[in-house]
Amino acid sequence: MEWIQQLVNGISLGSIYALIALGYTMVYGIIKLINFAHGDVFMLGAFIGFYAIARWEIGFFPALIIAMALCAIIGVVIERVAYKRLRNATRIAALITAIGVSLLIENVVIYFRGASPEAYPEVLPETSINILGVNISSISILILAVTIVLMILLQFIVHKTKIGKAMRAVSLDPDAARLMGINVDNTISATFAIGSALAGAAGVIFGVYYTRIEPLMGVLPGLKAFIAAVFGGIGSIPGAMVGGLSLGVVETVVSALGFSLWRDAAAFVILILILILKPSGIFGKNTREKV
Amino acid sequence: MTEKKTLKRFASVFLASSLIVGALAGCSSNEGTSSTGGSSSSAGESSDVIKIGANLELSGAVASYGSSIKDGAELAIEEINAAGGIDGKQIEFVPVDNKSESAEATNAAIKLATQDKVTAMIAPATSGNAIATAQIANQYKIPTVTASGTAPNVTENEDGTINDFVFRTCFIDPFQGIVAANFASNELEAKNVAIYADNASDYAKGLAASFKEQIEANGGTVVAEEAYVADDTDFKSTLTRIKSANPDFIFIPGYYEEVGLIVKQARELGIEAPLMGADGWDSPTLVELAGAEALNNTFITNHYSSEDPEETIQGFVEAFNAKFSESPNAFHALGYDTVFFIKDAIERAGSTDGEAIQKALAETENLSLITGTFSVDEKHNPVKSATVLEYVDGVQEFNSKVNP
Amino acid sequence: MKKSKAFWVFSVLALVIYAVVQGLISVGILDLYYQNILVQMCINIMLAVSLHIIIGITGQFSIGHAGFMAVGAYFSAIATMKLGLPLPVGLLIGAGVAALAGLLVGIPTLRLKGDYLAIATLGFAEIIRIIFLNVDYVGGAAGMVITNMTTWTYAFVSVVITILVIANFTNSRHGRAAISIREDEIASDAMGINTTYYKVVAFAIGSLFAGLAGGIFAHNFFIIQPTTFGFLKSFDILIYVVLGGLGSLSGAAIAAIFLTIVSSYLAEYPETRMIIYSLVLIIVMLYRPSGLMGTKEITSLFKFGKKGGSQK
Repeated sequence: MEWIQQLVNGISLGSIYALIALGYTMVYGIIKLINFAHGDVFMLGAFIGFYAIARWEIGFFPALIIAMALCAIIGVVIERVAYKRLRNATRIAALITAIGVSLLIENVVIYFRGASPEAYPEVLPETSINILGVNISSISILILAVTIVLMILLQFIVHKTKIGKAMRAVSLDPDAARLMGINVDNTISATFAIGSALAGAAGVIFGVYYTRIEPLMGVLPGLKAFIAAVFGGIGSIPGAMVGGLSLGVVETVVSALGFSLWRDAAAFVILILILILKPSGIFGKNTREKV
Repeated sequence: MTEKKTLKRFASVFLASSLIVGALAGCSSNEGTSSTGGSSSSAGESSDVIKIGANLELSGAVASYGSSIKDGAELAIEEINAAGGIDGKQIEFVPVDNKSESAEATNAAIKLATQDKVTAMIAPATSGNAIATAQIANQYKIPTVTASGTAPNVTENEDGTINDFVFRTCFIDPFQGIVAANFASNELEAKNVAIYADNASDYAKGLAASFKEQIEANGGTVVAEEAYVADDTDFKSTLTRIKSANPDFIFIPGYYEEVGLIVKQARELGIEAPLMGADGWDSPTLVELAGAEALNNTFITNHYSSEDPEETIQGFVEAFNAKFSESPNAFHALGYDTVFFIKDAIERAGSTDGEAIQKALAETENLSLITGTFSVDEKHNPVKSATVLEYVDGVQEFNSKVNP
Repeated sequence: MKKSKAFWVFSVLALVIYAVVQGLISVGILDLYYQNILVQMCINIMLAVSLHIIIGITGQFSIGHAGFMAVGAYFSAIATMKLGLPLPVGLLIGAGVAALAGLLVGIPTLRLKGDYLAIATLGFAEIIRIIFLNVDYVGGAAGMVITNMTTWTYAFVSVVITILVIANFTNSRHGRAAISIREDEIASDAMGINTTYYKVVAFAIGSLFAGLAGGIFAHNFFIIQPTTFGFLKSFDILIYVVLGGLGSLSGAAIAAIFLTIVSSYLAEYPETRMIIYSLVLIIVMLYRPSGLMGTKEITSLFKFGKKGGSQK
């Protein structure tokens, strides 16, 4: 029974990673930039949701939508102000800017409200469902459901809509896409909007599930989500999903074996192994990097 | 093109030289302040102010502890100054932020010792940061008291020598661990216990070690011993492991940020056993994180309780409430007490000389403060009682007082 | 000839700075507070310059430099505190082990490029930190208590050695090979340069001096804890290099000096300090991606009319 319980634990942890990784993988897929600030948009989403629920006393779903909308705007602003100028700059310059944006968001939040943690109010009735001695929290089922729905929605957007087609074109070759009459700037902004909205949603759900939110909460989940995205194959939406769930399960197994202190190390070891052995990830296409 | 280049070059020369000039100017102005600082300190001996520095975690990971101690100390200083100060001298409070980092704690201690030339220092709230200031305190002969640095090696070095100028207002980790173990064995009749400790904190590890020793001496068995790292958010996998060991009591030394989540997740997984922690749990945020219901059947050892009916304690709670409009936690009380501890020593020493105050601090006997009446032992630790509190529907209720 | 002239100028300058500061200390004008700032300045210069050889010269983007600093700090502390060796030996051991760690990390990861390399180095630095966190011999989370042994002299001599070695490396055949990798890896590969070899060598040298800086750091601050060496520390070091100019040794050093002063004045406002840091990082990248000095050295400023060194 213990191991089934552990699997359930791993999947609920993994679906949070997957949710963040979905946005990560989209942004990376289109502009090839590790958006360090993604984890911080996730944090902002959590705080927006918190203030919406605790201060303005609105329900969970309206708060989720507000957080997603505001995060989408924030994501577009970040892209327009900081990243847009850097499209033709070196990778290093872009990455340093991303780190700078990430530090800026964290410290501005700390400046305005301090670094102390905040506890999410209980918005969803949380019950533990006991099936044959395995406890499953109702919220973790919700998270998994939301993640799967969003994944399907994303798959639909990317593969069946016009904007999705534009996204795929830009990610393949921005210059050729521009020649074909695609508005590259708007497409990239749209990608950021969607990715950041997902991060915002993940933030609210994280807050509801784990209760504790704080200004630096996005750093580690952000990195883990990136690992998940790499694991699944950067740019691949089902890959991000599978990568996130696998990472959650792996971490849980490491803890369950009694090595809980090595959990974060395990995630990074996975990252390094994947990068060295199969940089394209599970679902990634084998493309040789252009230089 | 060439013109542009020379212009650029000129700009860089200008920038570089201005940087250097700036650095030099910094140095020279520093010389100025340090020399005047020197003269003012020699004059300061006879001035009407006693400077008490506070090297505290006002930002960073454990800012809530440092800020609480600062608030408590401020209240104490306000009261002392209003009552005429120490031997007619007003206290000047000099708080410095160490950003919750040990290297910054050293920097802050050096600043307090050499720039502000304080008479006494309140050392950082956490043990590691307090240790980072001990050698500075000894070197400059500045009596230093930590309000909440509970690790034994804050005052006592590994080789058994004592840091002459370092003292503390709180009891030490082993004592809390022993109190918790005795409470588990005697009051809760626990036999099979589990320990789930914060591995990223020396405090929690110290508590876990002494708890384990005592519970085994009491005839209990440790059926599971697990650890987590601060900033974790998902504890379910390890808790599942603990649950399968079927303990009838779980000791969780750690800080409220994680403990709140651990308690919540433990109850979600159906762990009904009593949980117990120590002073690191003490924060209103704990109740918000864990939820009042999950916290039922949990206990903590603490320095004091604001529910304690004793008159002096209630007086303090009222005064604190009036100034900060919140109920004081243990860190507030310890910060408050630390100032009175120093004040008492300065009065008995009859001077602001570091060595005289140090001697007086070491000789403190039966000093009655908010967090208890204590004497200082040869290892510079106060011998004082601990309070056991129980959470009932989210409110701390006074359970019992345990004497050493 | 020209090279040795620069060498002598630098040496004399170093001696003069040392003599002046030492004089001020012995007269008592510079008390411990300022000495401590000076030591920190030296540590930061070493860190900046050692990262400069990896990012600025070889063009390999590492954001895990604090990991090697941690290795140096811990191993030098083990040597002095546990084995009772004298400080210089301890510093050498720390630096040596850090270089070894640099090799171990560098050989597998340096085949990665760009952001993958960055994230892999970050991962390794975290792994190093977690290892120290879990080893009770070095105190685990509680950290290791260390006697203060660093003096301003140790710090200054280490800085001089660091700068001399790295400047010489840069001006040597090896350094030119490394620069060619930064400018165009494929072209330099095609020219017959063993790019992996030079990347790993530069990485190991950078790690070595980061380890040395770590050793000085450990013996200056009484206690070292794994939390000190998190990735925020790596970002701090990165800021020095980026601000000073990717490719400029003197730029990195000047930025380190400048930011040490700024940060000790902003000590009272830690959040403001971090906001300013991150804004500076973004603005520099947006408007002057080559940093304040670009790839130029401060010495080249005094050679008007000679061939300027601004490559893009």
